[in-house]
Amino acid sequence: MAIELKMPALSPTMEEGTLAKWLVKEGDEVSSGDILAEIETDKATMEFESIDEGTVGQILVAEGTENVAVGTVIAMLDGEGEEASAAPAPTPATEAVPAEPAPAPAPVKSEPKQDPEIPHGTNMATVTVREALRDGMAEEMRRDERVFVMGEEVAEYQGAYKVTQGLLDEFGPKRVIDTPITEYGFAGIGTGAAMGGLRPIVEFMTFNFAMQAIDHIINSAAKTNYMSGGQMRCPIVFRGPNGAASRVGAQHSQNYGPWYASVPGLVVIAPYDSSDAKGLMKAAIRCEDPVVFLENELVYGRSFELPELDDHVLPIGKARIMREGSDVTIVSYSIGVGLALEAAGELAGEGIDAEVIDLRTLRPLDKQAVLDSLAKTNRVVIAEEGWPTCGIASEITAICMEEGFDHLDAPVTRVCNEDVPLPYAANLEKLALIDTPRIVEAVKKVCYRA
Amino acid sequence: MADRPEQAAGKGANKPSLSLHVPEPTYRPGDPVDFAHITVPAAGKQARPDETCDAIETSDLCYDLVRVLGDDNKAHGPWDPKLDPDTLRTMLGHFAMVRAFDERMFRGQRQGKTSFYMKCTGEEATSISAAMALASDDMIFPSYRQQGILIARGYPIVEMINQIYSNKGDKLKGRQLPIMYSSREHSFFSISGNLATQTPQAVGWAMASAIKGDSRIAATWVGEGSTAEGDFHSACTFATVYNAPVILNVINNQWAISSFSGFAGAERTTFAARALGYGLAGLRIDGNDPLAVYAAEKWAADRARANAGPTLIEHFTYRAEGHSTSDDPSGYRSAQEREEWPLGDPVTRLKNHLIELGEWDEERQAAMDLKCAEEVKAATKEAEKNGILGHGLHHPFRTMFQDVYEDLPWHLEEQAAQAKREREIKWPGEEPWS
Repeated sequence: MAIELKMPALSPTMEEGTLAKWLVKEGDEVSSGDILAEIETDKATMEFESIDEGTVGQILVAEGTENVAVGTVIAMLDGEGEEASAAPAPTPATEAVPAEPAPAPAPVKSEPKQDPEIPHGTNMATVTVREALRDGMAEEMRRDERVFVMGEEVAEYQGAYKVTQGLLDEFGPKRVIDTPITEYGFAGIGTGAAMGGLRPIVEFMTFNFAMQAIDHIINSAAKTNYMSGGQMRCPIVFRGPNGAASRVGAQHSQNYGPWYASVPGLVVIAPYDSSDAKGLMKAAIRCEDPVVFLENELVYGRSFELPELDDHVLPIGKARIMREGSDVTIVSYSIGVGLALEAAGELAGEGIDAEVIDLRTLRPLDKQAVLDSLAKTNRVVIAEEGWPTCGIASEITAICMEEGFDHLDAPVTRVCNEDVPLPYAANLEKLALIDTPRIVEAVKKVCYRA
Repeated sequence: MADRPEQAAGKGANKPSLSLHVPEPTYRPGDPVDFAHITVPAAGKQARPDETCDAIETSDLCYDLVRVLGDDNKAHGPWDPKLDPDTLRTMLGHFAMVRAFDERMFRGQRQGKTSFYMKCTGEEATSISAAMALASDDMIFPSYRQQGILIARGYPIVEMINQIYSNKGDKLKGRQLPIMYSSREHSFFSISGNLATQTPQAVGWAMASAIKGDSRIAATWVGEGSTAEGDFHSACTFATVYNAPVILNVINNQWAISSFSGFAGAERTTFAARALGYGLAGLRIDGNDPLAVYAAEKWAADRARANAGPTLIEHFTYRAEGHSTSDDPSGYRSAQEREEWPLGDPVTRLKNHLIELGEWDEERQAAMDLKCAEEVKAATKEAEKNGILGHGLHHPFRTMFQDVYEDLPWHLEEQAAQAKREREIKWPGEEPWS
């Protein structure tokens, strides 16, 4: 009986990888433990071992193939494999079958909108968010020798998520510094270095680990200027991935945007695409105030257009209209923007013209952008990958109530994660997280089209 | 550079400039490895003070290395725990089981049956031999590489695999990362993904045990890298202030993912010597010597039980494999390190000791290894009936809302009811809660 060999998930967050090399060919006899192939992820090259005995049947994915999704059948193994018949046939998770939609109204035409901050006609390169962040840091490090990066695994290992790739080679171990394992410790060290006239970038492996550092971020960094009577500044960037990734469990999947955005003295930035990641990273490093810069692990590998400008710096505190529309406003930030754009695309097919606003900066919040859009569309849905209580969504709702009440034609509606710790199991995780269908549904509701 | 206040501008120009030291490991990939700088004292030469001694009497032991098993495979000196052959064979059996288990789970991860796994290869003694020196109901606050403790305490390996696969048999209901076990019945605290948080919790548990007049002690495990965390220092302070009945095991396996022990301070002193500043008893031991580990843990447990105080034990060992299945150590350390490690392999050392005693032979060892591999294989098949990662046999949908609070609050009841209604519409006729 043939066994399907599938593209394995080699790390908790891997979704696809490169099949670098086959070490066996069709017809080879293999036994348990033999290395079949080498697989590359963005983190490392791994050996793919056989767990069963048998003969290599058909090889379905050629070596050198990139972006092979986890779970893709890459080869067949024929033979008396011990697992072949013993294990019960796995039951695939039931997939949602969308009901046949009613005859659709004429689709609306609305195109994604370019950032007005970028001069018209600028050449665009396609760059991942990971590279854009790195390039932003590297450019500022070249420009200003006071800038340095510190954190766990940022130097030799090139960053746990490879965001600091290449920085050690270029800037050496005194400006790209591996630290002892203590977020509380190096957040305090960084704060002190910023007070001492340097411009630290402190990387947290994830913002979940920064909870023990929050005392330095809020009670030290955010209050230095205020409590010194304006004599001292604390120009520091605290950065790292924030929010849920894939199957990293309840302690490692939290969105701290609302936490930090409630604190006077901090600037909080949460970009979505490569242009904003780079342009706002550079702005954050130049900022005289402490900045909390929230990235997203699932977005690191995504590619977007990045303007080819010598010095691409974007203003802090400005939202961006990602897509213009007239029927409803979807406000989001970070990974939620991708979902909001997807929802807007789907809604366009059903005749609902949605405007999508990326907040980009959570503090100071560009409330005028939200209110202007509300005045135009009269309906607001907020899509936030985070808990529903006391979130950025709650804040936007309050702003719309207080200052946009007369423009509202429907209640402002929040679309968030379930109010539970995020489960590890893939099926439950998926159900607990915000997704496009939920945004679409909420939009239809406020448009009275449900 | 840092700006001087204006009035001091220009001053200090003739003084020597300061320079920053950034630790760098001795060997990088491709480097030949020579561990001659690691002092390995002869087995049996270290003094063994009384368990109730003043902490200061352990000072020398914080810089020495307690060893029992010599190169001659015999037990030497005052730390020899004098275990009978049956106990030694039981210990060797646990070693074999953990190795077989790690091997299988690692390959299972490569096959996509789970997303994550961590082996403990080379460090088996620091969990198994230590656990055997404790009472079975002493409370364990582990880090993430102590699967040996669960196996030594008889936790069913099928349950461990169910957890790793996050399947419908998983006692933790699909909520925890793979390998983050939890078993109240086995006095094994839920592993946390946040480093070193278990250390003050262990001290707190031990203090509570003392407050209640109970007889159980607590023991915690933490990596040498994580001793940099503030939590570890709080744990040491509280342990000494309240004379808590606790054992702090620091597993110095030389590497914290890619950061070598120098990043936690190993270039300057030993981890055991941390004990001295706090007034804790400290022992630095050969972590690859199963008899030394057992003896040190027993000494510390007896000391705690006699209300004589807490102990910090540095287990000097080596992480022979990658940090986890997500790590590839060939990128940052020399592959030769494992071969050249001067303290050998704990499994081989215990096996050779039993052979030296005339109580074991290679044939029996081979048969035992095979039996363990078969046992793990059978347990894997059993667990796979409950599903593997991503194959749908998970915990039911309704469990997502449970255990967030003792009783379901109104807003979660509403969310759950709404979710149920949506599922009934999407999949009519199907059980909406499954």
